[in-house]
Amino acid sequence: MKKKRDLIIGLALIVVLLVVLRILEVNISPQSQWAMLLTVLKKGSIYALVAVSMNLLNGFTGLFSLGQAGFMMIGAYTYAIFTIPVDQREMVYMYYDGGIIQFALPAVLGIILAGIAAALFAFLIGIPVLRLKSDYLAIATLGFAEIMKALFQWDSLGPLTNGSNMLRSYPTPASASVIYPFVVSGICIAIIVMLINSTYGRAFKAIRDDEIAAEAMGINLAHHKRIAFTVSSFFAGISGALLAMFQTNVQAKSFNSAMTYEILLIVVIGGIGSVTGSVISSFLFIACSEWLLRFLDEQHVIGDFTVPLLRSGFRKVVFSIIIMVIVLFFRQGIMGTREFSISGIIDKITGKSRKAKREGGNS
Amino acid sequence: MSETVLKVENVTMQFGGVIAVDNMNIVVNKGEIVSMIGPNGAGKTTAFNVITGVYAPSNGAVYFGGKKIVENYPQGKMKKLYKGENNGMYSHSIAPTPDKITQLGIARTFQNIRLFKSQTVFENILIAEHLRRTSNLFTATFHLNMAEEEKMRREADELLEILELSDVRNEMATSLPYGKQRRVEMARALATKPSLLLLDEPAAGMNPQETDELTAFIGRIRNDFGLTIFMIEHHMDLVMEISDRIYVLDFGKTIAEGIPEEIQNNPRVIEAYLGGAVDE
Amino acid sequence: MDWLSKNLPFLLAGISVGGQYALIAIGYTMVYGILRLINFAHGDIFMVAGLMMVYLSASLPIYISIPLVIILTVIIGFTVERVAYKPLRSAPRMSVMISAIGVSYLLQNLALYITGGLAQQYPAIPWISDQITVFGASTKRVTVITPFLTIFLVIILVLLIKKTKIGMAMRAASKDFETSQLMGIKINNVISMTFIIGSFLAAVGSLLFFSNYTGVTPTIGTMPGLKAFVAAVFGGIGSIPGAVVGAFIIGICENLVMMANQYISIDISNFKDAFAFLLLIIILFFKPTGLFGEKQTDKV
Repeated sequence: MKKKRDLIIGLALIVVLLVVLRILEVNISPQSQWAMLLTVLKKGSIYALVAVSMNLLNGFTGLFSLGQAGFMMIGAYTYAIFTIPVDQREMVYMYYDGGIIQFALPAVLGIILAGIAAALFAFLIGIPVLRLKSDYLAIATLGFAEIMKALFQWDSLGPLTNGSNMLRSYPTPASASVIYPFVVSGICIAIIVMLINSTYGRAFKAIRDDEIAAEAMGINLAHHKRIAFTVSSFFAGISGALLAMFQTNVQAKSFNSAMTYEILLIVVIGGIGSVTGSVISSFLFIACSEWLLRFLDEQHVIGDFTVPLLRSGFRKVVFSIIIMVIVLFFRQGIMGTREFSISGIIDKITGKSRKAKREGGNS
Repeated sequence: MSETVLKVENVTMQFGGVIAVDNMNIVVNKGEIVSMIGPNGAGKTTAFNVITGVYAPSNGAVYFGGKKIVENYPQGKMKKLYKGENNGMYSHSIAPTPDKITQLGIARTFQNIRLFKSQTVFENILIAEHLRRTSNLFTATFHLNMAEEEKMRREADELLEILELSDVRNEMATSLPYGKQRRVEMARALATKPSLLLLDEPAAGMNPQETDELTAFIGRIRNDFGLTIFMIEHHMDLVMEISDRIYVLDFGKTIAEGIPEEIQNNPRVIEAYLGGAVDE
Repeated sequence: MDWLSKNLPFLLAGISVGGQYALIAIGYTMVYGILRLINFAHGDIFMVAGLMMVYLSASLPIYISIPLVIILTVIIGFTVERVAYKPLRSAPRMSVMISAIGVSYLLQNLALYITGGLAQQYPAIPWISDQITVFGASTKRVTVITPFLTIFLVIILVLLIKKTKIGMAMRAASKDFETSQLMGIKINNVISMTFIIGSFLAAVGSLLFFSNYTGVTPTIGTMPGLKAFVAAVFGGIGSIPGAVVGAFIIGICENLVMMANQYISIDISNFKDAFAFLLLIIILFFKPTGLFGEKQTDKV
């Protein structure tokens, strides 16, 4: 009964959200100061997906991986390479005689392929890397991301990746409408949540809490770590494809370690081990860095008084300080390991105890 | 003579130049409660770790239900370093990971309780159900196998009921009092449906009353679940009351073996175990 | 002779950059040895040292700005530890690593703010930056000096750790953190000292490095930092000689990649940076504890 109620409310909220987004999109003109809101919504939803995928690894499986930007890059490139229209290829691949691929897939197939490519790489990389413990794993995954970056810019692979040149002119539905990245990210995040709530998700959490005890419970560590790593990379790949659409061009050098650090900080701010935390913090992070704190980058003059310090780059400094404060003093992040749920709120409003919800087994 | 469940054969475990377990031979028969005692550092937990696949032994083999599950011989660096007995007797390397051993039907608890700290008692038990899953990643993620999911939850609840832990079902496992945590850990081991249960100092840190309860509890689960139990313990009251047979270890060597009365009167045991402790 | 003049610059550059990596790598390996923390901000401390030199030398004579830069770098390293790592002493290791990443992010953004994102020209330091000719190959004097200076500093450091009381405390702390505390070692002083030494060497490393590669940008510390860490892992983390050997190997190898690039038809120059990581993954696969590292086992 209760599940059904939650499902109906959930679906209704999704419909309302999409309608609101559509209304916003239609009514905000590109010149208005609110146009930034649409950018934040688009980019925020894309980062939400990659943050949740990183949380699946770092927060739910306890694998400290720093390869997320690398897998995004693989996704972004795969999407771009396979969806550039045939008649555009001559122009994009001008240094490589139009490249070696002479067909184009529809965008949706491109997205799925982006995920598969990233997952495939992750599977292969996982064989040596996942044997490593905590910080060694972190540095090895970071290293692999660097190797991938060099590989994708390699001149000899130019006919495929366009070397160090930009890939562009591919279809960009996620840039055209805010609905697109929301729907794709939403579906992907829903799948991740379902995975976390399944028996596999429980095994991941067991590994996070205590590897030795998990193994004694009959959980094959190597197998489950590989699953978490591959699945996480699959979704990082998809978010990479979405990011490629959003940016309308792709270049390997932008997927650097700083990008991974940003994603990690998003996860930390949201709360390691909380999906909703990651989502909320993605939108906050993007909103602050792209929009709300923009004023810090411009000079302001009040009367004769010029506000000191404010000039280009100050926003990021303030931002970094905020992040440090969160890391040092609010280690739990916004959500800790809790989840924000509509059903929980309704229960609270209607005065039902939390215990009732726990009867279902999921906390 | 009843059927042998566990047989540890000529097992030597050497770390670098230090021999932790020296040519251990142990037999545990079906339905027995066998205890292993000995001073700290005698190699008891190491022996457990060899049986459960955490360490591969330097030399020797382990049989479970008549089947060889672990075997190793001095190789690599150990080839030169090895100074134990029976070198050359074994030539294969069978080194399953701990999860494989659990799947075969050996479950264990840990000396320093290892519960999943962010999870409730119920969730701790539920994890053990994972190894009997039939659904794959896809069907599990998309909840296409709800019957199995419900069966897992039902079985976990049944176990909690039997072990009288239903009242703490939704408590955080690590927030419970010490004695309860031990019991939850045993319940979790039982949830893997083992035929052999290894208990590593189940009464450590318990007061006399808790120890008495535990004694009854161990006897009960042996009968109710048709278990064979092999345990490490220091509480002599518990050991003497409950054990069918006892092995005594000192400095990695098995110095005595027998029924409780024999052990209590064995001069070597008194010297090594009690005498040694007094000297220190 | 022709072969020599064509290839010697690569070898010289390799040895020189190897020495510079070594000076940074010591900071990583010492901190990791005691705190089990990858100090992601260490590469950025190195960058900040470079940047401070740019700004200080603009208004002060070189002989004042050099010691000033070194002192300020040490103060920054010390402060970072006290502010960002010390409060997290009892927190999970992941939190401290995240804090290190946060500091790195902060330092980079501060540098971006101050420089406006433009590469800053590092001042030419007299004598060190002079052009000289070695076996017909033209190079800067710093290239030749670096390996000697590095080895000199390492010897002093090793003596310090072997002979002095604080050195003994450091060794004890890296062997067993908790027990050394029980033995009355003031662990916070030891850790601060570690950061002071690490930052001092990073400052010297930055003097040498930027005399050769003169553009200082906010993100320039990342790559040498990561490579120096790889060097530390390669040599066996916690081991100072290991870190030095590892750093020289990485420095030389990546320049050998550039040297080989002259002879083969496909261009592999952009793998110069990736090479260090390839080396890392290979060593972790075959000998996870590095060349000189000690084995650690988990207690069950």
